[in-house]
Amino acid sequence: MKRRTLLKTSALAAVASLSFLGMAHAENPVLKIGFVGVTSGPAAAWGISNQRSMETRAAWLNELGGYEIDGQKYDIQIVAFDDQKDPKRAIAGMEKMAQEGIHYVVGPNVDDGAAAVRPVAEQNGIMYFPYAFPKELYTAPASNAVLGMVANYQSGPAIYKHLMENEGVQKVAFVAANESDPLSQRDGGVEAAKALGLEVVSDSVTYQVDTTDFTPVLLPVIQTQPDLLVLSGVSPANAPQLIRSARELGYEGLISTETAQDATVLQEGAGELANGFISVGGASTPELASDAMREFVDRYTKMFGEYNDESNTKVYALEYILETIKANPAAMTDVEAFKTTMDTFEAPNPYMVGDAKLTYVGTSSFGQKRQVSVPLVVNVFKDGAFETLFVAQVD
Amino acid sequence: MEQIIANGLYLGAQYALIALGLTLIFSLMNVLNFAHGQMYVLGGFVTYTIVAQFGLPFIVGLFASAIVLAVVGALIEKFLFAPVIRKSKREESTMLLAAGIAFFLDAVILLVFGEKQRGVPKIVNGVLNWDFRIIMPYDRILIGVLAIAMIAGFILFMQYTKAGRAMRALAQDRMAAELMGVDVKRYSMIGFALGAMLAGLVGGLLVTITGINLGMGGPTSIKAFMMIMIGGAGVISGAIAGGFILGMMESIGLTVLAAYGDITYLVIFASLMVFLAIRPQGLMGKPWG
Repeated sequence: MKRRTLLKTSALAAVASLSFLGMAHAENPVLKIGFVGVTSGPAAAWGISNQRSMETRAAWLNELGGYEIDGQKYDIQIVAFDDQKDPKRAIAGMEKMAQEGIHYVVGPNVDDGAAAVRPVAEQNGIMYFPYAFPKELYTAPASNAVLGMVANYQSGPAIYKHLMENEGVQKVAFVAANESDPLSQRDGGVEAAKALGLEVVSDSVTYQVDTTDFTPVLLPVIQTQPDLLVLSGVSPANAPQLIRSARELGYEGLISTETAQDATVLQEGAGELANGFISVGGASTPELASDAMREFVDRYTKMFGEYNDESNTKVYALEYILETIKANPAAMTDVEAFKTTMDTFEAPNPYMVGDAKLTYVGTSSFGQKRQVSVPLVVNVFKDGAFETLFVAQVD
Repeated sequence: MEQIIANGLYLGAQYALIALGLTLIFSLMNVLNFAHGQMYVLGGFVTYTIVAQFGLPFIVGLFASAIVLAVVGALIEKFLFAPVIRKSKREESTMLLAAGIAFFLDAVILLVFGEKQRGVPKIVNGVLNWDFRIIMPYDRILIGVLAIAMIAGFILFMQYTKAGRAMRALAQDRMAAELMGVDVKRYSMIGFALGAMLAGLVGGLLVTITGINLGMGGPTSIKAFMMIMIGGAGVISGAIAGGFILGMMESIGLTVLAAYGDITYLVIFASLMVFLAIRPQGLMGKPWG
C-alpha cells in the first residue's frame, strides 16, 4: 500500500512538474519568423550565416524574457527551410511558411529563388527580405519584397568612384562565375564603370564555380593590364583562390568585389596575398561596431563555434522586422499595415556607434522604400582582418 | 602555348589521381561510387584540420587523410556495399547506396567542419617565371610532381605486389580469380579502401592550392566520371589518359575560348557526347565490359 502511494505521489509530482514547465514555456506567446535560403551545397555559407544570425538574435531576445510588442512579450522562434539554391525548393519553403501562418520571412539568397517565391508570398500575405538584386522584385507593382542588403549597382559605383579619385584607377576588368547572380552583377558593374568614364578592358571572362585552378581563367584578364580587377558576385569560397592566382600571375593592381566576405576564409586561402582586397561588409569594424554588435558576435561565436563576417550585414533583417512590428503592432498579422509603417519607420540602429538609424530606403533605385538601410561599409583586408576604407549611405 | 601545356599537365595530374580511385572501385566491384567527390572533400578537411587547426606539418596531414579515408572506405565496403552486392543482383541498388552515402557524407562534413571555405598556408612560396612564357607557382609544381609520383607508385603497386596482382585478377574476371584462390572479400575491401584513400590524398594535396569546401564533392565526382568515360571505365591506364586529356582540354579551352565566355565545358561536354556516340567504351575500355 505504501509502495502504491509512493508511486501515485511520484506520478502526480511528475505531472505537476511537467505542467509547471509547460506553463513556464507557455508564458510568452510565440512570434514565428521564417527563413528560406540555401544552407547546404556550395553556397551554404550564404544561408547559414543568415539563419545563424537570426537564431543568435532570437536566443538573445528570448533570454532577456522575450521581445515586447504593444505591452506583450513574445518569444521569437525562427522557422528555417533549406531551399538548396533551387527555385522549386524555395517555392516549397515559402508555402511551408504560409502553412505555418508566418508573415515575415528572411531570404531567399539568390536571384532566381527570390523571383520564384514572389507569387506565393503575395498570395499569402508574406513580406520577405531577399538577398538578391533584381530590381523588379522591389519596384511597383511588386511590394512584398524588401532588399536585405546593399545591391551591387549601389555599392559598385561608390567603390569605383572612390578608387578613381583616390587611387587613380582608369582601366577596369571584370571576372564572374557563370551563374545568374554573378553575371547580372558583372553587367551592372560594367555599366556603372562605363558611366563613370572608366575604360573596361575585359568583361567576357567567366568561370565555373567548381574551378580548381584559376590560373588559366585569369591569364587573359591579367594580360589586359587593368588597374582594378573586379570579382563580380564572387562567393567567399572562390575569392581567395582568384586573388591568389591573380597575384601569382604577377598582377599588382587593385582587386575588389561588391559582395560580403569572411576575413578568416581570406586569410586561410590567400594569406598576405589578400592584403588590399576591397569588399563590402557590415558594421563590425572596431571603429563602427557598438557594444551590442560586439555582444552579438560573442553570442554567435559561443552558439556556433565560429563567427562569420557575412553576418555583419545579415544581423539586420530580423531587427528590421521586429522593430517595424513594434512600431505598428497591427503589422504582426497584417502585412499591409507593415507596408504603411515602412514609409515613416525610424528606430535607433543598435549595432553601430553614434546616432545611426534603422530606416527603409530604396526610393532612388526602386521608386519606393523597399530596402533596409544598412551602412555601406567598404572594407579593405589587411593581415587577417578588415579595416574600414569608407562608409556611405544608400537611397 | 607553353603556359597552356603547363596548366594542362598540372590539371591533368590531379584529375588523373582523382579518376584512378574511382576507376579502381568500378573495376573491382562494378560500383559507380557517386560519393567519390565527397571522399575527396573529406580528405581535404582532414588535412586542413591537422595542418591549420593542430599546427602539424603538411606531410602529417596528408598521411592522416590517406589513413582516415582508407578506414572510411574499408568500413563503407564491408558494412554497406558488400551486403548490398551480396543480397541484390540489381546494379541500381549499389548506385542508390552510393548516392545515399554521398548525401550522408555531405551532411557529416557540414556538421563537423562547417560551411566555410577552408585552406592551409602555401607549402612552398615563390613563382616560377620563365620569361613570361610559363608562370607557375612553385607549390603547384610540387603538387603536380607529387601527384605524378603517386600515380607512378600506384601503377607499381598494382603491377608488382601480391595485393595489386590479386586486384587486377579480380578486375579481369571475378569468378576465375575466386577459383584461383583469391580472397575476393578481402581484396574487394582493400580495393575500395585504396580507391577512397586516393580520393583523400588528392583532397589533402589540393587543400594547399584550391582550399576545400562542402560543395566541391558533387562537381569533383562529375569530373571524375567524365575522365573514366573518356579513358574507359575500369581501366587504370584509361583513367590516367582521361585525366590528362580533360586537364589539357580545360587548359586549352579556358585560354582559346576565353573571349567567347564560359563555353569551355560546353565544348567539352559536346565533344564527349560525339566521342561516346562513336566509341561508347572510351579510349581503352573493351566493348564487352
